[in-house]
Amino acid sequence: MSPKKIVLRFTKTLSEKPIIYYLVKDYDLVVNIVKANINPHKEGMLILELSGEKYEQGLDYLRSQGVTVQPLTQEIIRNEERCSSCGACTAICPSGALYMERPNMEVKFDGDKCIVCQLCLKTCPLRAMEVRF
Amino acid sequence: MSIERTYAEINSKIKSGKVVVVTAEELVTMVKDKGITAAAKEVDVVTTGTFGPMCSSGVFLNFGHSAPRMKIQKAWLNKVPAYGGIAAADVFLGATEMPEDDPLNSSYPGEFRYGGGHVIEDLVARKPIKYKAIAYGTDCYPRKEIETEITLDDINEAILMNPRNAYQNYNCAVNLSSRTIYTYMGLLKPNLGNAHYSTAGQLSPLLKDPDFRTIGVGTRIFLGGGIGYVVWNGTQHFPDRLYDKNGKYLGPSGGTLSVLGDLKQMNPQWLRGTSFLGYGATLTVGIGVPIPVLNEEIIRYAAVPDEELYAPIMDYSDAYPNRKPCDLGFVSYAELKSGKITVNGKEIPTASMSSYKKAREVAGILKQWIQKGDFLLSQPAQLLPNADDGIKAKVLKG
Ligand code: SF4
Ligand code: SF4
Repeated sequence: MSPKKIVLRFTKTLSEKPIIYYLVKDYDLVVNIVKANINPHKEGMLILELSGEKYEQGLDYLRSQGVTVQPLTQEIIRNEERCSSCGACTAICPSGALYMERPNMEVKFDGDKCIVCQLCLKTCPLRAMEVRF
Repeated sequence: MSIERTYAEINSKIKSGKVVVVTAEELVTMVKDKGITAAAKEVDVVTTGTFGPMCSSGVFLNFGHSAPRMKIQKAWLNKVPAYGGIAAADVFLGATEMPEDDPLNSSYPGEFRYGGGHVIEDLVARKPIKYKAIAYGTDCYPRKEIETEITLDDINEAILMNPRNAYQNYNCAVNLSSRTIYTYMGLLKPNLGNAHYSTAGQLSPLLKDPDFRTIGVGTRIFLGGGIGYVVWNGTQHFPDRLYDKNGKYLGPSGGTLSVLGDLKQMNPQWLRGTSFLGYGATLTVGIGVPIPVLNEEIIRYAAVPDEELYAPIMDYSDAYPNRKPCDLGFVSYAELKSGKITVNGKEIPTASMSSYKKAREVAGILKQWIQKGDFLLSQPAQLLPNADDGIKAKVLKG
């Protein structure tokens, strides 16, 4: 089976449990951590590439622990026409996917770095960031 | 010999196609290379620009009379209420107004996805707008309700009238508390997680004419992609000069403009509905002001670079909301634009709420208009009060 990308979101209490360890030990899954982020409220977001025979059981285990599991089918895009390059998103974006290019002061978006946290969707005052499913 | 120019001389140069116009940004470089005196001899007009959220914005709309006639008491455009307490067929729609069924901040932090500023953007983009109004009915205006669809072209007048725009200078906002806060300066992360500012610095109109020597009632400007006018000082016009602890001059602050123009000739590219998470909706406005180089002193002020213009650093978790003094010092626009500053010994990332890139475009468009002879400078009927007039902000007791 080819590896699949999934997004895991967990609450503050869950982010302290050794979930990945059990995925490997009990379900024999091959885990590749693509992106990981814990926000200031200590809630976690993890993007994994997972493969193995017991893939579905592994996901069931995650859900049973209270982890929200979503396939990574979402993609963040920027509406270039709406974006004013103000920069309001740049100090918020946790992965550096949105950044200010200096000295020309143009905001650039590097989709490869984006961890789909969707923070920019809410904080962009001009609503130039969009999610595509 | 020092240079002296009149508005009439500059305008005749514009008409003959011989005018020399530079943007405030180009002037900064020019003065670094050639010095003030040479620049003053060469340049007739300096253009400035800014593109940022300006809450005190709105539009007066006059609808054609319906049959039967109706005296609008309450009106809604795309569900956003407009103020009907003026003449029968007129309303005022404010940029920060929200639909009555919006959850506002009760689903904290509220998203404020569509408000008055968005209606203004949709109007100027010629999108159809759902219009609803109610009235109590009179002998001369018997109709009591109407529900229809309008576009900007279906109504008589649409006057963009912004009582307070183009703040001369603004705070650099930080958050000293341990929780995330949502403000009109954006999302501020806890414990000095980020710093947000909101002017175009060396391109910003009122930073370049700090003492209002050229800007006044009747100054013709770039407004929302069209031509507009300064009609008065803005509300909360408290011009002041900033000094550090050692008495060093750090630039002006406190001035504001009241501006007006015909919405029908504007462009949605320069009037954008804007949403601030946890704060509200507003309008982002593009404004460009030409500064006539009447003498050397005017160009000296217009040439001040980002390194010599400062913003006060303000804590938005406690000091700002509670009107307490804040002693975090000042930071130059050059530092702010570098992407990081140091506050209380901590290095923090900076970001702007207003767009420097778009400010540059505004100043560039205004420059082209003047060069092509499409835009003459107007001599103000009256200059605006400056820092020497000592206007002070009042505090509301209660
Ligand atoms: S906040 Fe929005 S408009 Fe501003 S630079 Fe980021 S994406 Fe562009
Ligand atoms: S979703 Fe937005 S804020 Fe989050 S990483 Fe991607 S670009 Fe940055």
